[in-house]
Amino acid sequence: MLEIKNLVVQIEDNRILNGLNLTVKDGEVAAIMGPNGSGKSTLSYVIAGKEDYEVLEGEILLDGQNLLEMAPDERAAAGVFLAFQYPLEIPGVGTMTFLKACLNAQRKARGEAELSTPDFIRAVNGAADKLEINKEMLKRALNVGFSGGEKKRMEILQMALLQPKFCVLDETDSGLDIDALRIVSEGVNALRAEGRSFLVITHYQRLLNHIVPDVVHVMSKGQIVKSGGKELALELEASGYAEYRTGEAA
Amino acid sequence: MADVKNLRTGAETGLSALFEAGRKSFATEEAIGREEAFRFFEATGLPSRRVEAFKYTDLRAAITDAAPPAEAPSAEAARKAVAAAKGFAAIEAARLTFVNGHLIRALSDLSGLPEGVTVTPINDAMGKGDARLKRLAPVEQARENAIYQLNTAFLADGALITVAPGAKPDLPLHLRFVATGTEAFSTATRVLVDLGEGAEVTILESHEGPDGIAYQPNDALDVRIGKGGVFRHARTNREGNAAVALSTISVRLDDDAQLETVAVVTGAVLSRHQIFLNIAGEGTNVVVNGAAMLRDGQLADSTLLADHAAVGGVGREQFKTVIDGNATGVFQGKIIVRQAAQQTDGKMKSDCLLLTDEGQMMNKPELEIFADDVACGHGATCGAPDEDLLFYLMARGLPRPLAQSLLVQAFLGEAIESVSHEGARAALIGEIEAWLAARG
Repeated sequence: MLEIKNLVVQIEDNRILNGLNLTVKDGEVAAIMGPNGSGKSTLSYVIAGKEDYEVLEGEILLDGQNLLEMAPDERAAAGVFLAFQYPLEIPGVGTMTFLKACLNAQRKARGEAELSTPDFIRAVNGAADKLEINKEMLKRALNVGFSGGEKKRMEILQMALLQPKFCVLDETDSGLDIDALRIVSEGVNALRAEGRSFLVITHYQRLLNHIVPDVVHVMSKGQIVKSGGKELALELEASGYAEYRTGEAA
Repeated sequence: MADVKNLRTGAETGLSALFEAGRKSFATEEAIGREEAFRFFEATGLPSRRVEAFKYTDLRAAITDAAPPAEAPSAEAARKAVAAAKGFAAIEAARLTFVNGHLIRALSDLSGLPEGVTVTPINDAMGKGDARLKRLAPVEQARENAIYQLNTAFLADGALITVAPGAKPDLPLHLRFVATGTEAFSTATRVLVDLGEGAEVTILESHEGPDGIAYQPNDALDVRIGKGGVFRHARTNREGNAAVALSTISVRLDDDAQLETVAVVTGAVLSRHQIFLNIAGEGTNVVVNGAAMLRDGQLADSTLLADHAAVGGVGREQFKTVIDGNATGVFQGKIIVRQAAQQTDGKMKSDCLLLTDEGQMMNKPELEIFADDVACGHGATCGAPDEDLLFYLMARGLPRPLAQSLLVQAFLGEAIESVSHEGARAALIGEIEAWLAARG
């Protein structure tokens, strides 16, 4: 599914990723854990195509397609989805308008017909019910005045609607209370399927109690330094990141 | 000391010649003070950038020729031009149609007006020395303004609209201004609205005309809102791309009167749209919004003066400008709070979104406050679309131009949200979408 080879990335002369290698298999849920400043969020942005980062070396292949040659919208149409750590508020853009524009832009890019309005509304309502999203929220401007938990649920709603192939969850658990964590995790678990993989970035093991990973990778200083099964997350929870932190500034 | 006098420009000399030549054909001028207005104008001439109020919009440099007043169009030409007009066309309304500044009675609903509304063509009113013309005197500062003086001097047509006390017509009135022709011309129209006590009305106003013709419309709207009256107004300015469009709105508000006005400007190579408010009554509520979308070479000037003379007025003024290419936006907003106008609550804001590096925006906010118990503020922002927001939208699959369009719509939408009439609001959003679509 996703293959990252020798990825070297810098931002304003600061090298963040130092020859990172990572493979996520078809249908796999891979967790990435690591201390602050290890480059986890950078990795998620580089996969999604944020312009601020300079890729010096390496490639990111999604089913053989080099994502680095594609604009963010092309990556989205190819099946990449980034659930943002801090979803942005967009005053003046209605949530439904936004959802419909995104869905139809992706369908158009893939040569599919636009969804009819009744089909679209049915799809949104179905997904919203599962995520316990109040219909009133859908009438408001995107993320404006939403709580942290509501914003994260809205990210998962978008994921459910857009049906991506490769989902990156960037610290989706941050800012969530226990109930919201359960709802969001159930939303993600419902999307686990053959042909869809997840990269779950988190500081804490607790998210992985809800979204049980197939593989856990430890990231430090811009590289994957250790990989293992789900038990690796528990080990980290017990021992902390001290052994991976050596030589790091933050 | 030697008498220093500005040399008159060709346009100014031309305007004098046109005024003299037209004198015979003008309708009775007494009621509006045509002669006096022109003499005032002649003494100062077209305002240049040396005049503070025209610092960014130099009419002396922009108007190089005095375009002759437009003749009344043939019935056929008028019918054809109106058939192609788009502004607010889909909205059910009673219409007054002006083609090249002439009221076309055959294309107006003069007899099918909503109950409580009467319309008198202004030439009929002037001919009869209608007393209402005096009652509807413009705000003092408008009377001293060169654009308004020219409008008065060359006034060719217009209408006097009365809304009876307490009347609340269901249908809006649509003032439809359409220009047509192949050579430069000028127009001067005035619409006067007298809103009785407790009356409520919605006036829609659309301006459109051909590209490539240097026509010069100069339109005035004088409004008096009686006690507790509500005047709602929405305007689109989609003049042709070579037009120099000038307009003046002058409103006097009595006690508890409410004003809601919004203008969406996309047309004309140069435009100056000015609003003068005389807040004479207590407890008034004013919303003045504007949205301008400009591209290569255009200059659009929105100038506002809100003169608070009575207690407890609330004012919200919000202007939004989107600039693409080397266009220029101008916003001048002045709030005066006289000593008597305690507890005035005024907020004025101008925001600009620059889509390229070549555009420029001039903001000149002014507060003149003589009362001590007031809350007044102004703000101005200017910047490019937020890259983080663009990335968020693109990461969801929207190509960059589409993502940018969505942000532009959202930005301008704030100025339009206040429009009460649903159809008008949708039509104004349509104007924004059309501008964005033409941008590609």
